[in-house]
Amino acid sequence: MFDKRLVKNFNWALLGLTLLIGCCGLVVLYSSDRPGGADAVRTLFSKQLVWFGAGTLLMIGSFLFNYKQLDRWAHAIYALCILLLIGVFVLGKHAGGARRWIAVGPISIQPSEMTKIAVLIVLARYYSKVVSAEGLTFRNLIPPMLYTLVPFVLILKQPDLGTAMLILIIAGILTLFVKIKRRTLLGLLSFAALSTPLVWYFLKGYQKQRILTFLNPERDPLGTGYHIIQSKIAIGSGMMFGKGYLKGTQNALSFLPEQHTDFIFSVLAEEWGFVGTSIMVLLFFLLIIRGLQVAYGCRDPFGTILAVGLTAMLFSQVVINIAMVMGLMPVVGVPLPMISYGGSSMASVMVSLGLLMNISMRRFMVE
Amino acid sequence: MGDYLKGIDIDWFRNRVSLGMLVAIVAFVVILARLFYLQIIEGETYRALSENNSIRLQTVDPPRGLIFDAHGKLLVDNRPAFDVTLTPKDARPVQAALERLSRYAPISFDALQLQMILRKGHPPFKPLVIKPDVDRNVLAAIEVSRFDLPGISIDVKTRRQYIHNRSAAHLLGYLGEVNLDDLKKAENTGLRTGDLIGKFGIEKACDTVLRGKRGGRQVQVNASGQVMRVIKQVDAVPGKNLFLTIHHRLQQLAEALLKDAAGAVVAMDPNNGHVLALASSPSFDPNAFVSGISREAWNALVSNPDHPMENKAIQGEYPPASTYKIITAIAGLEEGVIDENTTFFCPGYYRFGNRSYRCWKKGGHGHMNVVKALTQSCDVFFYQVGQRLGVDRLAKWAHRFGLGSPTGIDIENEAAGLIPTAAWKKRRYGIRWQKGETLSIAIGQGYDLVTPLQQAVMISAVANGGIRYKPLLIRSIQSADGKETADFKKNVVDRIRLRRRTLQIVRKALFNVVNTRKGTAWRSRVEGLDICGKTGTAQVVGRKEKGTEKAPGNRSKHLKDHAWFVAYAPAEDPRIAVAVLVEHGEHGSSAAAPIARELIRYYLKAGNGGPPPDPKYKTLRQRH
Repeated sequence: MFDKRLVKNFNWALLGLTLLIGCCGLVVLYSSDRPGGADAVRTLFSKQLVWFGAGTLLMIGSFLFNYKQLDRWAHAIYALCILLLIGVFVLGKHAGGARRWIAVGPISIQPSEMTKIAVLIVLARYYSKVVSAEGLTFRNLIPPMLYTLVPFVLILKQPDLGTAMLILIIAGILTLFVKIKRRTLLGLLSFAALSTPLVWYFLKGYQKQRILTFLNPERDPLGTGYHIIQSKIAIGSGMMFGKGYLKGTQNALSFLPEQHTDFIFSVLAEEWGFVGTSIMVLLFFLLIIRGLQVAYGCRDPFGTILAVGLTAMLFSQVVINIAMVMGLMPVVGVPLPMISYGGSSMASVMVSLGLLMNISMRRFMVE
Repeated sequence: MGDYLKGIDIDWFRNRVSLGMLVAIVAFVVILARLFYLQIIEGETYRALSENNSIRLQTVDPPRGLIFDAHGKLLVDNRPAFDVTLTPKDARPVQAALERLSRYAPISFDALQLQMILRKGHPPFKPLVIKPDVDRNVLAAIEVSRFDLPGISIDVKTRRQYIHNRSAAHLLGYLGEVNLDDLKKAENTGLRTGDLIGKFGIEKACDTVLRGKRGGRQVQVNASGQVMRVIKQVDAVPGKNLFLTIHHRLQQLAEALLKDAAGAVVAMDPNNGHVLALASSPSFDPNAFVSGISREAWNALVSNPDHPMENKAIQGEYPPASTYKIITAIAGLEEGVIDENTTFFCPGYYRFGNRSYRCWKKGGHGHMNVVKALTQSCDVFFYQVGQRLGVDRLAKWAHRFGLGSPTGIDIENEAAGLIPTAAWKKRRYGIRWQKGETLSIAIGQGYDLVTPLQQAVMISAVANGGIRYKPLLIRSIQSADGKETADFKKNVVDRIRLRRRTLQIVRKALFNVVNTRKGTAWRSRVEGLDICGKTGTAQVVGRKEKGTEKAPGNRSKHLKDHAWFVAYAPAEDPRIAVAVLVEHGEHGSSAAAPIARELIRYYLKAGNGGPPPDPKYKTLRQRH
């Protein structure tokens, strides 16, 4: 029953990177979790410790079965996620003006995080059947558009702009990966270029304002604009070697918004300097390259496409989050994988990594 | 590989994955380059900025909208107030800073208390108010020695000022600190703890209009916390100004006439529902709430038996008593159970079932038709009209005139009152309606309850021929720069279909109440003003018990009857309608009618009343 080759082919490097980044995350979170002074209880840290443990179990669970089963379960998983997303509207918890969570016993889960993986699986299944050397036609693209837009709209309504955009981005990357016919691609691009002014014309004044502020935070100097400035000061003030662990001042004085979730990279940058940030970025880079190597080594289309999708998801989150806190990108709520506080995000990242290991260790198994 | 279709093989995929790697490398190089720029090239600059936390956010509170009366007279203003603040981070050591401050100005703030506040999570770079609203001497003393007082600064804020203190307090309302429940509401996003919002009256009802929008600035401060430069600024949007329908002189007169008595006065323009005066007595001073009312002062207000915090004009529910005979008369005439010639004999009592129902006049009124019965307020006549109508037909007409349900006025906590129906009693008590109860209902006693505002709406509808208006308090809303305005003219709730003859009969009777010798308000007539009205005396103690009690004059105050008067004038072309209620005033004719008379006299005097000139442009010129 148990195949020894599975152990032999196990991707130890990927596992090692995962655990290393996870531990770095805990170290940084420990520092960011002190809003009320030195004697405050570090509740977030201990919770995150639990999430990390649970995430590791989920990761192990995600490589124990053969990933090819996912091809068969794709639609069921996708349907379950959509149902949960609808459930959020009916019985979801309100927090900070948004409904994103469903309470399951003592813990609350964020279905949008799992949906990201579900969309990847269902797209991988579809694309592995239609992929062709000359590229996809417009007709080929209709089902993936529906697969993507349904959860996109549901998540946008919560509202959770960050996750909704992320789903759009990873679906886009995956589609470009399997190649679109040049004519179709040009058609789509020119359609987008033509319709943008039209949509703009129909937007209401305050909606335009919101989009402009989103694209240029300087327009909102009391809100996002101020956050970006504080974040840049925190990062820049780290200089080469940082201010020292637990010595970040921007963070301690709660100048930084959301310092334990979206802006945690600024805390790292302030305390560890360029040395710390470049090591962190390097670790993420190695993780992404490892993920792509899994895709490279895989021999069946479903596995390859899924591996690319999962890696693209991690890649987008890392790049968007870091670019955002450095003021290179609009501020959307995208957590930094394994570093930002949050159980659902941790779970989805660990499941993705587990699936990558799954694909990697079964690369020589041909039915 | 059997899996691959249409010219796809493993190398095709590998090529595309390699392309992906290239993209990843480019992205990470960009990130590293940006980090290098921020941390190495610009690092020195950012380190300096972070050392002092020198980029700070200061909020600029918007001035709250002002409130004017119908003639553009300012009722609620904002005055500048000076708070002494301390920024803990800039005032180190804090102990010494506080000691120095106490040498310059009579301000003592406990250093230990400050430590406590800091420990509770007050950010050290955020100014803390240590003495609110100081006078100009203290202000000058601190300003002069500014350089010796690092971390101490003066915060100029605006404070709400209710210019006429207790006048129209219930109507205008007051402000209070926003609480957690308020913060959860959607319309309050952007507010924070410590902000003031309207808690009562118009301040509450129009809070979002008056509030404006907070602004702020990003500033760079030096080592002692002084602003070196403003980096960016977002101007605060001032709240909008309100112009009320209230005639403040009339309002003040109403309050003066009520004096120490508990009660309420509502004056309305019967032609559009504009509320000209809405007074409730006793009153309170909303200025006391501005910087937080003390517990003792609050307890004194709440425990006062005359309930000064209650707006009796809209919250007080009283039996309408004989004023309700207007409704009984209209219902009787419209439903055809009586006509102008129907007469009943009043021997001073009416026998129904095995009980005797008394008329207020012991000897009886003799032969009465509807006009005479209204004029002299004969109970026996209306017992019989009520008996012929039945409870539900009577209730239908009361409801049409707006009694027994909220009028929909813009301020909160309006009471509904109660006009009973047979179904209501069954639902409420599970008992069938008793025929005898209809008799009490017909003369406005029993379960009947109305508010003074409902009475004003009712008598306005009689005056204007059956149009029921929603009482209007706000005439217009205007942005602070005067550019945008929204006007509110009138709001018709219902047009009651009445026969012309019914109106003529009732109006004639109401005229006779005041202007004929037998009328119950004869003493309140004014030559040439043609006031029409109806008195009422609402029993506080049921009539049954009353018989066994002492003579009315000897009863202690809280057992005395409530006095009502509803009126409009002039008889032809009415311009003002008034409802007056005096708690424990005993007789409508003696306690309530003179108040209504004085208000009408003042309002109809040349130059005082009538629709006011458009106040907006005048006031703007004055203020800019």
